[in-house]
Amino acid sequence: MMTAINPRETLDRALQEVLDDILVLGSMVEEAIRDSVESLKQRDLEASRKIYLADQIINEKHFELENKCITLIATQQPMAKDLRLLASVLEISTELERIGDYAKGISRINILMGTEPLVKPLIDIPRMADLGLDMLHRSLGAFVSGDADAAREIPKEDDTIDNLYNQVYRELVTYMIDDTSTIDRANYLLWAAHNLERMADRVTNICERTVYMVSGEMREFDRTDDEMDRFGDPIQP
Amino acid sequence: MNLSVHLDATVNQTIVTETNEFHAIEAKSLNVFYGDFLAIRDVELDIQKQKITALIGPSGCGKSTVLRALNRMNDLIPIARTTGEVLFHGQNIYAEGVDPVEVRKRIGMVFQKPNPFPKTIYENIAWGAKINGFKGSKSEMDDLIERTLRDAALWEEVKDKLQDSGLSLSGGQQQRLCIARAIAVRPDIILMDEPCSALDPISTLKIEELMRDLSKNYTIIIVTHNMQQAARVSDFTAFFTLTEDRAGVLMEYGITNQLFTNPKQKITEDYITGRFG
Repeated sequence: MMTAINPRETLDRALQEVLDDILVLGSMVEEAIRDSVESLKQRDLEASRKIYLADQIINEKHFELENKCITLIATQQPMAKDLRLLASVLEISTELERIGDYAKGISRINILMGTEPLVKPLIDIPRMADLGLDMLHRSLGAFVSGDADAAREIPKEDDTIDNLYNQVYRELVTYMIDDTSTIDRANYLLWAAHNLERMADRVTNICERTVYMVSGEMREFDRTDDEMDRFGDPIQP
Repeated sequence: MNLSVHLDATVNQTIVTETNEFHAIEAKSLNVFYGDFLAIRDVELDIQKQKITALIGPSGCGKSTVLRALNRMNDLIPIARTTGEVLFHGQNIYAEGVDPVEVRKRIGMVFQKPNPFPKTIYENIAWGAKINGFKGSKSEMDDLIERTLRDAALWEEVKDKLQDSGLSLSGGQQQRLCIARAIAVRPDIILMDEPCSALDPISTLKIEELMRDLSKNYTIIIVTHNMQQAARVSDFTAFFTLTEDRAGVLMEYGITNQLFTNPKQKITEDYITGRFG
């Protein structure tokens, strides 16, 4: 015999599935970034090739999740927080897919460097990856648990990653000035570091979406733009 | 005819309250009783001119009662009693001496079920013009019928059968005929009580498009159970709910886009996301 009918049962189950999927996509992306940096550090070309190709799986998962959200919007006509949740998932899924592209980019750099040795042992780049991955992991946790306070705090850690990036930048430029034969290899590492710096920026976007999902407030968090720091504001010099 | 002039002339004690020029009609401390039962309590509602306002809420929350209070349709229910004020052009339509028939000319109504007169399509519209004192020639009346049916987006479908019965039309066409009949009286405000609940989706969308078009010249207030319809068609939404003693109250009123994406009240959120109601 049927007991009380919960009119939201189908929608609630579908929304939970979508949140689970975001965590699955997030863990796929985290793994890809971690492995891509480790492969670069170890100069493991075969591992990099695998990560490069596996990006396709991340893209497919992203499309699957996007489809699920669009279907839910079409069939369930969600309102208010339900709608904000799905709109946020669409955005966050794209952010994760782009972070997956950064892992692919770092793998590509490793492959392009071929058998050339690293211009220097990697210390700050893996640190950037560790810090960024930790931020990413917590930002997704904050999203699925609807923790807007945590989402407001996490982006503040972006400054540490920007500082590390500036440090890597200065160090690699010094190498290039000292020995022009290192320019290509130093430039490759600079791109790897840049990808990790961008990953942290995308974590900030995820946190912005969490605050939107919880409160409906849509605003950009204050962020220090490392490019702006280094080169100055091109609009107001 | 200008209602305010009419009221000034007929009301012994004209009640003029300061009103906002952007408001088509204002409910002030509005209560409606059915016998001893308080159906709506203390409703404060300012309706914006030439906008579409949707009244939503669970069954029995009093949204239709509020709608009917805005043109004194509740007067037709013997046990209904209204307190508070409804200000139209700054004057209380419930003031002593105000003619409810005159009120209903200026504030028309379209009902849930299409109810054309059992007369020709032509006569359904001509009626509105005649009660408005139309004294023109036959050709002038023909022009007015065409203009009104065009305004109601019905002309192309009925121009070759104006002498057919209004009841021969489809449900959606009948409802547009009723809207045409309402606007033929040239009201300021059109009240619509679930005007699409008996219609198929395409007819519903046609009515919604028509409402959008009409809102350029008329103020529209619609009661709907269909939240997607409220979200699609209205500029403002008022959410009503029931208190513990079963009286209907206005809980939240605001811009539709905001109310459906980020309502201020938790109870509104719970209603529009299907947690109750």
